[in-house]
Amino acid sequence: MGIIEAKNLVFEYIRRDEEGNVEGITRAVDEVNLDIRQGDFVAILGHNGSGKSTLAKHINAIHYPTEGTVWVDGKDTSDDANLWEIRQEAGMVFQNPDNQIIGQVVEEDVGFGPENLGVPTAEIWERVEESLKAVGMYEFRKHSPNKLSGGQKQRVSIAGVIAMHPKCIVLDEPTAMLDPNGRKEVIRAVRALNDVERITIILITHYMEEIIHADRVFVMDKGKIAMEGTPREIFSQVEKLKDLRLDVPQVTLLAHELGKSGLDIPKGILTCEELAAALGLPKKK
Amino acid sequence: MLRDITLGQYYQTDSVIHRLDPRVKLVTTICFIISLFVVDNLIGYLIAGIFLTMVIKLSKVPLKYMLRGMKSIVFLLLIAVVFNLFLTPGETVFTFWKIKITMEGIRQAVFMAIRLIFLIIGSSVMTLTTTPNNLTDGMEKLLGPLKIFRVPVHEIAMMMSIALRFIPILLEETDKIMKAQIARGADFESGNLIKKAKSLVPLLVPLFISAFRRANDLAMAMEARCYRGGDHRTKMKPLIYKKRDGLAYGVVVCYLALCVVVGRILL
Repeated sequence: MGIIEAKNLVFEYIRRDEEGNVEGITRAVDEVNLDIRQGDFVAILGHNGSGKSTLAKHINAIHYPTEGTVWVDGKDTSDDANLWEIRQEAGMVFQNPDNQIIGQVVEEDVGFGPENLGVPTAEIWERVEESLKAVGMYEFRKHSPNKLSGGQKQRVSIAGVIAMHPKCIVLDEPTAMLDPNGRKEVIRAVRALNDVERITIILITHYMEEIIHADRVFVMDKGKIAMEGTPREIFSQVEKLKDLRLDVPQVTLLAHELGKSGLDIPKGILTCEELAAALGLPKKK
Repeated sequence: MLRDITLGQYYQTDSVIHRLDPRVKLVTTICFIISLFVVDNLIGYLIAGIFLTMVIKLSKVPLKYMLRGMKSIVFLLLIAVVFNLFLTPGETVFTFWKIKITMEGIRQAVFMAIRLIFLIIGSSVMTLTTTPNNLTDGMEKLLGPLKIFRVPVHEIAMMMSIALRFIPILLEETDKIMKAQIARGADFESGNLIKKAKSLVPLLVPLFISAFRRANDLAMAMEARCYRGGDHRTKMKPLIYKKRDGLAYGVVVCYLALCVVVGRILL
């Protein structure tokens, strides 16, 4: 059994009118099965309303399944007795950096999680230091979060989660509100955590460039898992991705179009270097 | 600009007063206010004045920052002085048309003025030398015993510190919405008071909606980070009394005792 496992997971949003009568039911997550191994870098893709965020909130026990079960590190999320352990083991980073920073000073915000866990004072300081160093924000520890850029704020949020010593981190569109530089910063920090600390990463996004380095990719559509595989497998199916209203990276698209026009190019090209090699171009110096 | 707003007018410098425990400063401020109402003669106010001057000197905060707070109460001060001056009965010193000024009136007016001025300066010494964060921490610790009466002390302190954190964010947002509405032809400037107030509606509604959305997001983020109220919680920066805090308490107690003796007994 992996660190996160979901079996026949169903989640329904119930809409009610003013008297509290049920007006309609929306199935946000529909019969999803997941099995994620410790140390994996998993990406979940999907356009707006595909249920990816709802799925993510199950891992942190913010939502409970309507049907089916989710296990985090072998613990059932719908059991209240496991709630705090699960929230400690599965950290969560949200989309809007402003709305998840609690402290008025960077270091205090990172200390918030450990404070809640009842970690002794001296150890909180150690954890804050190592977490801020892990995301490269240590020199900003005395700053006010209001004065940081979006990418920096998001790295502080990630540090806040690492300080709780989680086994896996769920990032729910952490780069959606950032500029390209901020996006790169955040993704670099996340990859470093996966490589160095072997923390399981579940990255939810709709930016294709961010999932190239993932070990596995799930594509969601209408609450179901529509595709599953390595980034290369996923990106070799350009037409299917287009049907799901998802873009592919420009290089992949170019390679795909070239292939369609008759050039002999392998499927699932992910980087400029690969395409150049496939076309027999000399390497850039 | 809007980003740089710091609330509670904290003045950043390093002094003994800055390093004192916030609890000491809170208690001292309360004692100082009490002392102002206990004393009722010139010597008493002289002692209070000396005490205040000493604290200001120690705090290394320039006097003009202290006096800045005075601007907002000039009007109040004026009313208090005028009423006391003209409406206190007693031995007449001076008659002008129908207005009589009495010896007691002058005395009351002067004392009231001193009292108010000292009060404002005294409390601004506290806010100038303590970060809002520290102040909330101190308040939480001081009010701790009220937990027995089921006062949600921790929650109040947490709300205060969250409010402080979000004030600059909401200010920035107000600015953004305002510009967006102006770009679409909204007019916040012209018209009389009622029209101006009405024109604020398209500003306040989106602001409120977004504030609620933020609150919802923040609550979720806090829960995701295992926040479950004040129980079982440890502190990253716990308040611990040092030697100087004990000393400060001693000074304050002596001061208060002196004020009581001078103000009440020696009279």
